[in-house]
Amino acid sequence: MDLTTHYLGLELVNPIVVGACPLGTSLDSIRALADGGASAIVLPSLFEEEIMAAARAALEIESAGAGFAEAGSYLPNPEGYHIGPGQYLAHLEAAKSAVKIPVIASLNGASAGGWTEYAKKMEAAGADAIELNTYLLPFDIDESGAEIEQRTVDIVAAVKGSVSIPVAAKLSPFFSSLPNLVKRLEGVGADGVVLFNRFYQPDVDIESLEVAPNLRLSTSDELRLRLRWLAVLSAQTKISLAATGGAHSAVDVIKAVMCGAHAVQMVSALLIHGPEHIGRTLEAMTFWLTDHEYASLAQMQGSLSLAKVENPKAFARANYMKMLDSWEM
Amino acid sequence: MAKPRTTMIDGNEATASVAHRINDVCAIYPITPSSNMGEFADEWSARGRTNIWGTVPDVIEMQSEGGASAAVHGSLQAGALTTTFTASQGLLLMIPSMYKIAGELTSTVFHVSARTVATHALSIFGDHSDINAVRATGWGLLCSGSVQEAHDMACVSQMATLASRVPFVHFFDGFRTSHEVSKIELLEDDDLRALIDDDLVRAHRERALSPDHPVVRGTSQNPDTFFQAREAINGFYTACPQHVADAMQAFGKRTGRAYSLFDYVGAPDAERVIVLMGSGAEAVHEMVEHLTERGEKVGVVKVRLYRPFSVSHLMQALPKTTKRIAVLDRTKEPGAIAEPLHMDVVHALAEARSLGISPFATDPLVVGGRYGLSSKEFNDGMVKAVFDNLAAEAPRNHFTVGIVDDVTHLSLPVDDEFDSASDKVFRGVFFGLGADGTVGANKNSIKIIGEETDNFAQGYFVYDSKKAGAVTISHLRFGPKPIRSSYLIRKAKFVACHQWVFIEKLDMLAYAQPGATFLVNSPFGPDEIWDQLPLEVQQDIKAKKLKVYCIDATSVARDTGMGRRTNTIMQTCFFAISGILPREEAIEKIKQAIKKTYGAKGDEIVKLNYNAVDSTLANLFEVKVPEAITATVRRPPIVSEAAPKLVKRVTAMMIAGKGDLLPVSAFPPDGTWPTATTRWEKRNIAIDIPVWDEELCIQCNKCALVCPHAAIRAKVYAPAALAGAPATFKSVDYKAKDFEGQKYTIQVAPEDCTGCQICVRVCPAKDKSNPKHKALDMAPQMALREPERVNYDFFLGLPEVDRTALKLDVKGSQFLQPLFEYSGACEGCGETPYVKLLTQLFGDRALIGNATGCSSIYGGNLPTTPYAVDAAGRGPAWNNSLFEDTAEFTLGFRLAVDQTRERAVRLLKDLSSDLGDTLVGELIGADQSSETGIAAQRERVRALRDKLKGISKPAAGELAHMADYLVRKSVWGVGGDGWAYDIGYGGLDHVLATGRDVNLLVLDTGVYSNTGGQASKATPMAATAKFAMGGKAITKKDLGLMAMAYGHVYVAQVAFGAKDSQTVSAFLEAESYPGASIIIAYSHCIAHGYNLANGLDQQKAAVDSGFWPLYRFDPRRAAMGENPLKLDSKAPKASFEQFANAETRFRMLQKIDPERAKKLMGDAQRAVTARFNVYQQLAALTFSSDGDTDAN
Repeated sequence: MDLTTHYLGLELVNPIVVGACPLGTSLDSIRALADGGASAIVLPSLFEEEIMAAARAALEIESAGAGFAEAGSYLPNPEGYHIGPGQYLAHLEAAKSAVKIPVIASLNGASAGGWTEYAKKMEAAGADAIELNTYLLPFDIDESGAEIEQRTVDIVAAVKGSVSIPVAAKLSPFFSSLPNLVKRLEGVGADGVVLFNRFYQPDVDIESLEVAPNLRLSTSDELRLRLRWLAVLSAQTKISLAATGGAHSAVDVIKAVMCGAHAVQMVSALLIHGPEHIGRTLEAMTFWLTDHEYASLAQMQGSLSLAKVENPKAFARANYMKMLDSWEM
Repeated sequence: MAKPRTTMIDGNEATASVAHRINDVCAIYPITPSSNMGEFADEWSARGRTNIWGTVPDVIEMQSEGGASAAVHGSLQAGALTTTFTASQGLLLMIPSMYKIAGELTSTVFHVSARTVATHALSIFGDHSDINAVRATGWGLLCSGSVQEAHDMACVSQMATLASRVPFVHFFDGFRTSHEVSKIELLEDDDLRALIDDDLVRAHRERALSPDHPVVRGTSQNPDTFFQAREAINGFYTACPQHVADAMQAFGKRTGRAYSLFDYVGAPDAERVIVLMGSGAEAVHEMVEHLTERGEKVGVVKVRLYRPFSVSHLMQALPKTTKRIAVLDRTKEPGAIAEPLHMDVVHALAEARSLGISPFATDPLVVGGRYGLSSKEFNDGMVKAVFDNLAAEAPRNHFTVGIVDDVTHLSLPVDDEFDSASDKVFRGVFFGLGADGTVGANKNSIKIIGEETDNFAQGYFVYDSKKAGAVTISHLRFGPKPIRSSYLIRKAKFVACHQWVFIEKLDMLAYAQPGATFLVNSPFGPDEIWDQLPLEVQQDIKAKKLKVYCIDATSVARDTGMGRRTNTIMQTCFFAISGILPREEAIEKIKQAIKKTYGAKGDEIVKLNYNAVDSTLANLFEVKVPEAITATVRRPPIVSEAAPKLVKRVTAMMIAGKGDLLPVSAFPPDGTWPTATTRWEKRNIAIDIPVWDEELCIQCNKCALVCPHAAIRAKVYAPAALAGAPATFKSVDYKAKDFEGQKYTIQVAPEDCTGCQICVRVCPAKDKSNPKHKALDMAPQMALREPERVNYDFFLGLPEVDRTALKLDVKGSQFLQPLFEYSGACEGCGETPYVKLLTQLFGDRALIGNATGCSSIYGGNLPTTPYAVDAAGRGPAWNNSLFEDTAEFTLGFRLAVDQTRERAVRLLKDLSSDLGDTLVGELIGADQSSETGIAAQRERVRALRDKLKGISKPAAGELAHMADYLVRKSVWGVGGDGWAYDIGYGGLDHVLATGRDVNLLVLDTGVYSNTGGQASKATPMAATAKFAMGGKAITKKDLGLMAMAYGHVYVAQVAFGAKDSQTVSAFLEAESYPGASIIIAYSHCIAHGYNLANGLDQQKAAVDSGFWPLYRFDPRRAAMGENPLKLDSKAPKASFEQFANAETRFRMLQKIDPERAKKLMGDAQRAVTARFNVYQQLAALTFSSDGDTDAN
C-alpha cells in the first residue's frame, strides 16, 4: 500500500510522525522509532527561556559564596559544560546522522532575536524543518487577541526570513479565528501548521494550596477538536497540516488524514506502547485501506474536508444544534 | 630570541602550568592557599592536556597530605616524575615522607604556597613558618618572590633536583604571590624541553624499583651503620648549590631572565643591606631603587636558594662595602637565639671568615627582625624603617616591623605617611561584595590592561572572613615599569564603591589621594546623591577635591537580567572614566574578556553580560560636587555603646578593617578570646527580611529551627513582661496547653538576618484566602531596620523560658536560647542549624572540639565569633585544633572532664563528714538525664559551694574549683565530611571504638566546602566536584554503617529539612547515650549548585529518593532485646535522578558527558536501592536480649 504523503515539502513514506516528546531525547529511542516505521521525528523543543534562566542561574551560582579567600568557586569547571543550545544542536546533528528519516527541530523562543538565532543554528545543525512551538498564553489583560495573533505571525515571518528550510507553526486552538490566522501565516510563508499544542494543564492541590503541575497523556477523544479544524483548514488553505494530540490508532490516523492532515503526530500512544506501536498502526492502516479498496493514502487525503464532506454543517455547528439538524431533511 | 608570549595569571597558575608539564603524576590534597594548583592540574589533565613528553599527567586526590606525600614517595620510587602542591599544616603532615624521600636521594619538587602554621590561632595567610618547619628534612628550599619567579623557579627547581638528586621545596608567599595576578612571560613547551635534561629524567626512571632489576630500599639499620650511611649523602649536598646555579644559568641563557642563588640589587658601594626572601624582597628592591636614586648607599640580597645554604655564594653577593646588614625573617621561632635566616647569615659570615673567603675587612654588623607574619603588610614605609634602623647609631636587633609592639617594645617606628609610589603607576581600589562579582571583573580588567597594553599590571584581592555578605577589596596597579609593590595600595587614584551600603560602613576614601576619582554605585541620581552622603564622606570629597561619578548599577543589573551582579557594569564605568583605553576600544576589550570568560559556557551568559555593558554608559553620570557640606548624618559607630570594653577597643577596630593598627597589648598572648561577640557586629546584609503575621502563625517554631543564623527566634513569656514594649512589637496569646495564658512572639533580628528565605519556605501557615501570604513573608529590610532593631532589643530582654518546663521536641527546643548566633556562614547554610540546635539543647554545658573547615571558619574566625553565653554566663567552650585530629582532640576533653569529675567525687567523699552524706550521695548519684536533673544538680552544686565556704580544709578549696564538673558535661566533636570521611577518619574510628562518652557531629555536605568543593569520600556517585570532574564513579562511603558495625556506638543519620523531629530526637539520644555517638547530618551547601532557599526541599528529595535514609541506631535498644536500628524514613518514593536533577553538581555531568551521566545515574540508583534494602533488612532483624540475632 502506498502510504506516501507530503508534509512541509518533505516526502514522507507514511503519515505517522513522532511528535515532540521525551522519546526524542535519546539516540537509541530515535533509532528505534525510525526502525519502527516513523516517517519523521520532531525533536523535543529547545526553550530559549529555559536556556536564559540557566544562564542567569549559572551567574547566580558563580556569585553564591564568592568573595571568600579560601575558595574562588565551589563547582568544577569542566570542559564542555555548556549552558546554551549546544547540546541540543549536537543531539540534532547526531539524530540526523543516526536515522535516514527527516528530523524536525522544535523551537520555543522568548525574544525576537532568539527565535531567528536558534532557528538558524538548527538549520546549520541539519534540521530538515523547524516546528515553531509558539506558546503565547494571553495573561496580560491589556493585550488584545489581535496583538497575540500579530506576534505569532511576526515570529513565523521572522524565522521564515532567516532560514531556507521549511517552517511549521504549532498552534493552540484558542484563537478567535483560526482559519484567518492560518491564512495570514500562509501569507508570510509558513509551510505548515500543527494542530494543536496540548498545553500542560496544571491542577491545584487543595491541601497545600499550591498549583500542582501535572502532565496527562492524551486520549483518542482529543482528536475530535483536531478533526474539525483540519477539515475547515484543508478546505481553505494549501499549506501542510499536521494533527497532534489524540492520534492513538490506525482509525485515528485515517480520520485525521481524511479530514486533511498531511501528517499525524503520535506521542502518547508511543509513550504507552513503545516504538513498535508505529509498525502495528501502519499494518492496521494498510489492512483497512486494502480492505476498503483504497489505492493509496493520497486517495483519501482531505476527503472529509469541509469542502468535500457531504454535510459540512456538521463540522460547523456546535453540539446543541444537532437536535435541530435532525429535523432538517 | 623571539619575544616571549606574555599573560596575566596568578602565582598558583604560573607554578602549576610548569609543574603539570614536567611531571607524570600529581598526588594532591586541597589546602588553602595551594588548592588552586592541584585544581589547575586536575582540570588540565581532565581536558587531556599533556606534559612535555606527550602523556597526560595522572592527578589523584588523596585523603590527607600525609597520604599525598606517601603516594608521591611511592610513585617516585616506582620511577614517575611526581609532584604535589601544599602549604602549612599540609606540608607538616608530609614531613615523615619528606625525610624518607630526601634520605633516598630522590628527585622531586613540592610546590608550596607558604602559609602560616597554626599556633595560638589558625591563619590561612602567608609566611615562612611552614617552610622553616621542614628545614631539617634535607630538602632543597628554593624561593620565588613574584609570579614570574614562581613560574621560572618551578622549572629551575625541577632542573636542579634532577641534577642534584636532592628533592626540592619550591615555595612562594601564600596569597601575596599565589593569588596575585601579574603580567608574566610564559615558558613554552619548547623551553621546558630544552631545559629539562632527558638523560637526567632517564636516570631518575632507571633508579625506580623494578622486579626486573630488583633492589631493596627502606631497610632498618643499626648503631653500627646508620651514622656512616647517613654521612654518605654529604657530597650531594655540597654539590647541590652549584647544580642550582648551573640550572639558573642555563635558564637565563634560554629565557633572558637571570637568577642567582643570592641576587643582589642596589648601590655597588652599599653600606646598608637587607637580606630576605620571598615577595617582601620585591618591596625592598623597589625601595632600594627609590633610595639609590636619591643617593643612598643601600642594597638588598634576595635569597633564592635557602637550603642547601651556600656561604660562598652569599659572600659573593654581598657588596664588599657592606657595613650593616638587616636580615628579615617572615617567621617566628620563640625561644631561638634568632630567627632562622638571621642565624644563617650570622653563621655564614663567621664561617666565611674561618674559611678565609670573607670579602670584608671587618665583618658587617648583623641585626635581625621579623616581618609579615600571616600576610601582615610589608610596605615601602616599613622597608624604609628597616634601612633607617640600620643607619641608627646602635641599630636595634631582634626587632619587628609592621606592627606596634607596646609590650616588649621590639617594633621599629614606621612613618605611616611615607609614600614612595610613583606618579606613573595607576592605583585603583574597588570595594565590592563577593556576590556582585567585583573580583572577577577586576581580574578581567587588569588582564585587559596587562595583555592589551604595554603596561605592566598587578591585581591583588583582599577578602573579609565572612561567607555571607563578604566584602572584597580589589587592588589594581599598572604602569610602564615592572611592578614590585608586593603590598596593598594606600593612596589610590581611583576608588570605586560597588555597593551603596558601604558608604555608611567603610572608610573607603581613606584610600583616595588628592584629586582622585570616586565612583559610586548609588540608588540616588547625580542630583540627589550628595545629600545622601554621610558627613565624613562629604568632607573627604571636598578636602581631597575628588571627582565623583555615580551610576545605579543595581538597577541596570536587575533590568538586564544580571541579578546581583553589577560587576561588568562597574567595570565598564571604570574604563569609561579612567580613559586607560579609548572608550570604544575599552568596551570592545571588555566584551572580548566576557567572551573569553564565559564563551565556553554558551552565548547566552555572554549575551546577558553584553547587554549589561551596553546599558551602562547612558546611566553613568558625573556628580557636580556642591560648594556646601550639607550632610546631617555621620557614619554610625562600628559597634554599639553597650558593647564590652574589649569589643569596643579591639573588635570594633577589626570590624572597621583597621586591625593592623592594634598594638600587641590589645591581644591575649595565648589565643584565648571571650565568646559571644558576633552580636556586636551588625552587618545589615539582607535586602529583604521576614515579617511575622502573628494572627496567621500556628506557633510551630520551625522557622527558628531552620534559621542558619539564629536571626529569627521564638519566645513564650508571661504577659506582664510586655510592659514597656515598643509600639510595633508583636505578641499574641500562646496557643497550646503547656504554657497556657502566656504570650508568644516570633522576632526577627533585622540587622543579623542574611535574607536567605529558608524560614519563609518552611513556614506552613498560609492565609486561606490568599495563600501567597504566609505567617512569614519577605519585605525590604531598609524600612524595617529601625523599628525591628528596637523590637529585637526588647525581645532579647524578655525572660528566657524555664528549661525544665519544656518538652524537648522541635517546638520546645526552639524556645531554648541559641548559643550559636549570627555566624559568618553562607546565606541559607545547611550546616549551622544543626550547630545551633546543639547549643540550644546542650550549649550551657558543652565543650566543642571543631575540625578545620567551614564550621571552624564561621565558628571561630575573628573579628567576631558566634558561640554565645546565656544569662548565667554559661555557653559552649570551643577550640579548633587541626583538620585531622578532631575526634581525638575531643576525646581528650572527655578524658579531662571525667578525670576532673573523678577527683571531685573523691574530694566529696573525703569531705562527706563535713558536707553531710545526703548531699554527697545526691551529688554523686544524681540523675542528670534531663533538664530537670541538670537543674537540680546545679542547685546542689550551689549548695555545695555555700557549704565549702565554711570548711577550712585544703580539700574544700580544691573541690570548690572542681565543683562545676559534678554537672554533666556534654562533649562534642564537630566537623565536615572532609574530616570525618577522609583526613580524620582513622582518629574518628578509634574514638568510636573507645566507647567513651563523646558525641561526633558530621556536617556532611559531600564535598570539601571550605576550600571550594573538592570531592571527598562523602561525595555522591554521579556528582561532579573538583577532582571528580568527570562525575564520581564510586558510591558515597557509608560512614554510618561502618560505625554501626561496632555495635556499641550510637549512630544517627539525619536531615532536618526532611524530618526535623527525627533530628531533634537523634541529638537528644546521642547526647544521653553514655558511650560514643555519631550523628551524620545532611547539609545542603552552595557547592551543590542551586539556590539554597530550596535547601529544605532538596533535603526532602534526598530522603524521598532513598539516597539519604534517616535512621537511629541505639545500642541501648539491643540491650533491651530490641533491634537497635530504627529506620525513620520510608521506602524511596522518587528516583535518585529526580533528587539529583535539581542540583548543578549532577546536571553538569549531563551536559558534559550525557552517556556517562546516564550510566552513573543508573549505577547510583542501583546503589541507592541496594543500600536502602540493606537498611530495611537490618532494621527488620529480630534481636533477643542475650544478643542473638535472627532474621525476621
